Amino acid sequence: MEHYINLAIKSIFVENILLAFFLGMCSFLACSKKVETAIGLGCAVVFVMAICTPTCWAIKNFLLKKGALAWAGLPNIDLSFLIFISFIAVIAAMTQITEMVVERFSPALYNALGIFLPLIAVNCAILGGALFMDQRNYNGPESFVYGTGSGIGWALAIISMSAIRKKLGYSNIPGPLKGLGITMLLTGLMSVGFMCFAGIRL
Amino acid sequence: MPEALLSQKNKKIIKDGLWDANPVTFQILGICSSLAVTTQLKTAMIMAFGLTFVTAMSNVVISCIRNFIPPQIRIIVQLTVVSALVITIDQILKSYMYDVSKQLSVFVGLIITNCIVMGRLEAFAMGNPPWKSFLDGLGNGLGYSSVLIILGTIREIFGSGTLLGFSVVPKAFYAAGYVNNGMLVLAPGAFFLLGCIIWIQRSLSRYVEGQ
Repeated sequence: MEHYINLAIKSIFVENILLAFFLGMCSFLACSKKVETAIGLGCAVVFVMAICTPTCWAIKNFLLKKGALAWAGLPNIDLSFLIFISFIAVIAAMTQITEMVVERFSPALYNALGIFLPLIAVNCAILGGALFMDQRNYNGPESFVYGTGSGIGWALAIISMSAIRKKLGYSNIPGPLKGLGITMLLTGLMSVGFMCFAGIRL
Repeated sequence: MPEALLSQKNKKIIKDGLWDANPVTFQILGICSSLAVTTQLKTAMIMAFGLTFVTAMSNVVISCIRNFIPPQIRIIVQLTVVSALVITIDQILKSYMYDVSKQLSVFVGLIITNCIVMGRLEAFAMGNPPWKSFLDGLGNGLGYSSVLIILGTIREIFGSGTLLGFSVVPKAFYAAGYVNNGMLVLAPGAFFLLGCIIWIQRSLSRYVEGQ
């Protein structure tokens, strides 16, 4: 149990997928203008990541890895070069499902997220999480914890950023620095803050 | 009369990607990889090359088949084309430059979800002929590359005192008490640096957001 809690802490705070690995920056920058949108998108990402990472793990281990097809009588086949294309297919399908669910249960959120909901499919945080899971050879439960943790870490970052940007509306910022520029600098400061978590474990 | 291959209009397509509508500083696309791979110039250059190749080629392919793609499933079709190209790049890197492919780790795979690629496919290749799309992909790829190379150079020289792996900061500097700025190699340094580059580029091109 302790191992999983450590992994969760690590993926949420210490190795925050956004602030330490720069993944999912595009939607982070574009959707952090309003707090409500940020919360909605954050939850959607947590949901998609929590499902996609274990699914990708299962696909990798039972279909693609070298020798994974032994149960089908084909022990010598190595399909690992198909990892990218099958992971992205899983993610795109999951996003489609999430989109339908959100549209059904929360039309307001659906309208607020607009174009960014289908774009979760190309949110690098999700594919990045799946690829890190592959690279670090997590097992089934670990990949679930890691996926959920990374999603929560991302949601935490985007929600705090949207709160900061709301406050920023009252500041007098030099013209060319407005928008993207100042957001980058702020993200840098947040990243410094999150570095304080380095080394924390139970 | 057919248009000349490099007519005024086509040149503008390339120039837009490089400066006026630079994908990183203006369109806010492809930020993730531009920060993650730029601790060293070498990885930055290889990433830049890979992305330019993928953007240009996927633009051509999608533009050729754009009239046959049903609009509901276009994202999946685009992703499939892009991932096929990325798999090619990844396999080439793994067989000829194993060290670099280890350093780039997941970021080669992440070209698939790089917003520049998808953004250009959606915004340009779906509605323009192949040659124009190729130029647009090339221009945007090069615009991204230029930001990457600037970032990579600054971060490598000031962060670790080397350039392409050769040390460039004279020994006398270290003897006089100069210290490499370790911050630039870490994540926050990348954010600050890119923020400043965006500031400079927008001051020069007189672009202000929200006006």
